[in-house]
Amino acid sequence: MVRRDFSLALIAGAVVGLFLTALAVGPVTIPLSRIAAIALGGGSEVERLIIIDLRLPRALLALLIGGNLGLAGAALQALLRNSLAAPDLFAAPQMASFGAVLVLISGGAGALSYYLPVAAVLGALISVGILIGIAGRQASLSVLILSGFGLSAASAAATALVMSLSANPFAILEIAFWLMGSLEDRSWRHVAMALPFIAAGSLLLLASASQLRTLVLGEDAARSLGVNVSLLRTTIIAGTALGVGGGVAVAGTIGYVGLVAAHLVRPIFGYDPGRLLVPSALAGAGLLLAADIVARLIPTQTDIKVGIITSLIGAPFLIAAIIRERRVLGAGEGV
Amino acid sequence: MTGLSVDHLSLTFGSRLILDDVSLSATPGELVALVGPNGAGKTSLLRSIVGLVEASGVITLGDQQASRLSANQRARRLGYLPQGHALHWPIPVRDVVALGRYPLGVRDPARLSAVDQAAVDAALQATDTTQFRERSAMALSGGERARVALARVLALEAPILLADEPTASLDPRHQIEVMECLANIARGGAVVIVITHDLLLASRYCDRVIVMAQGRIHADGAPQTALAATVLSDVFRVSPAIFVHEGRTLAVPWRTV
Repeated sequence: MVRRDFSLALIAGAVVGLFLTALAVGPVTIPLSRIAAIALGGGSEVERLIIIDLRLPRALLALLIGGNLGLAGAALQALLRNSLAAPDLFAAPQMASFGAVLVLISGGAGALSYYLPVAAVLGALISVGILIGIAGRQASLSVLILSGFGLSAASAAATALVMSLSANPFAILEIAFWLMGSLEDRSWRHVAMALPFIAAGSLLLLASASQLRTLVLGEDAARSLGVNVSLLRTTIIAGTALGVGGGVAVAGTIGYVGLVAAHLVRPIFGYDPGRLLVPSALAGAGLLLAADIVARLIPTQTDIKVGIITSLIGAPFLIAAIIRERRVLGAGEGV
Repeated sequence: MTGLSVDHLSLTFGSRLILDDVSLSATPGELVALVGPNGAGKTSLLRSIVGLVEASGVITLGDQQASRLSANQRARRLGYLPQGHALHWPIPVRDVVALGRYPLGVRDPARLSAVDQAAVDAALQATDTTQFRERSAMALSGGERARVALARVLALEAPILLADEPTASLDPRHQIEVMECLANIARGGAVVIVITHDLLLASRYCDRVIVMAQGRIHADGAPQTALAATVLSDVFRVSPAIFVHEGRTLAVPWRTV
């Protein structure tokens, strides 16, 4: 109990530290003392502009999107009772991107239109819905991975098709970069676009914590305890799709944060799905903040996209998790 | 007086008739064995009573029709132990057992009220699992896990308890302990219905045995009549050895017929 509370405080502290670092670090380093001055209404004009209009929305988006991905990862793992479940593996971000690309290419709406998150949420909803439909009540490892693979392939093909049908080559280049997942040059307008969707999604997921815990006993036992499991499933699908869609609409596809976050906190907080949601959200926020700081610090001609960094970390992590899964959980009931 | 009654219950999956006009009632204090060959409809009957499948007919839990109860009200009246004792994450035994109190409003197994804690402790005690309370439930042997699963149901202290093969995979000593534990709960005023394939345990511990076959109740009564040789040869196609020990008539399947 005490150890858990202490660990939670520690992770929260780390997230705050990373958030402040994200404000301080960049082409111009602004020390914490001056950030504090800016917060109190002081600081030079240029510094105020850098912190308030450039770095603060970017860091807030990293916090929101990363936190939501960590939360969605833990919630999906609890729902499917499988520690390899994550929005990325079901191609939810890819399908969300497809939805957003469709809107961008059609030209009817600009990159700052609310049509973008709505289309992205719909895309994510379709992917998570299809996956849970295929996987059924309790997903086996192979069914999950293979359905995710199929959905990924389908969304990649659909995105490529839409892009190749586009008349404007510059739009294609822009979209290709956007698809890689980035938090560069994001404004308060982007925060305003993503926030309602991410907040609504996160609330749905957080409110399901104790119901998710009853699924430890299997679906029949959970239902006999009075839990409406089909409503719970719908809530988790909707919550995940809202959060992922809102995030993708402003930052493109940022992969693997949910999977990695839930895995990182499990050794500390245990397997109880009800207790894992908040730590996993914090870990996800911390991970994306850290990845975005790294993206800024690596000296390159052009900025490295943060989505590339999370994938570079996440993909080997996934492979390691599969190997561990095979040994530890695969030996039991094929969970 | 929270008894249980089932009136004209029928259930079909596709064109297959799973339950065929089943009626029964049980009064508080009864320990009832529900026996029958595989596919007789025993599990479906319990699942219908719990509300996991929608069967036609009337189910009454105590003074209320089940269909008029909310999911939570129904859950408070019924403790249900499913077959197989599924467990999907390695969480501590005490948390598994505390989950049994969920219908009573327990949301965080780490923060239990004194009443909830006492119920959890009593359930661990009754199933001889207190020594495992801090261990991961997944690391236990099959028999130990079966007892933890039963403890989870006992923690609810519901007036009706339905257990689907609670003694499967237990060693002889723990089979006896679990049956005695269930008999105690019945003596305390609960309705307890136990599905079992062990006719010896059924005749040893239960005052009433319901024999199901092909979705129907084939026999219902004291072990001497419900597990009589004619019933067993009709329903199970075995002939039993029947003997009396310490005043109880016991049936053991002896050879096929």
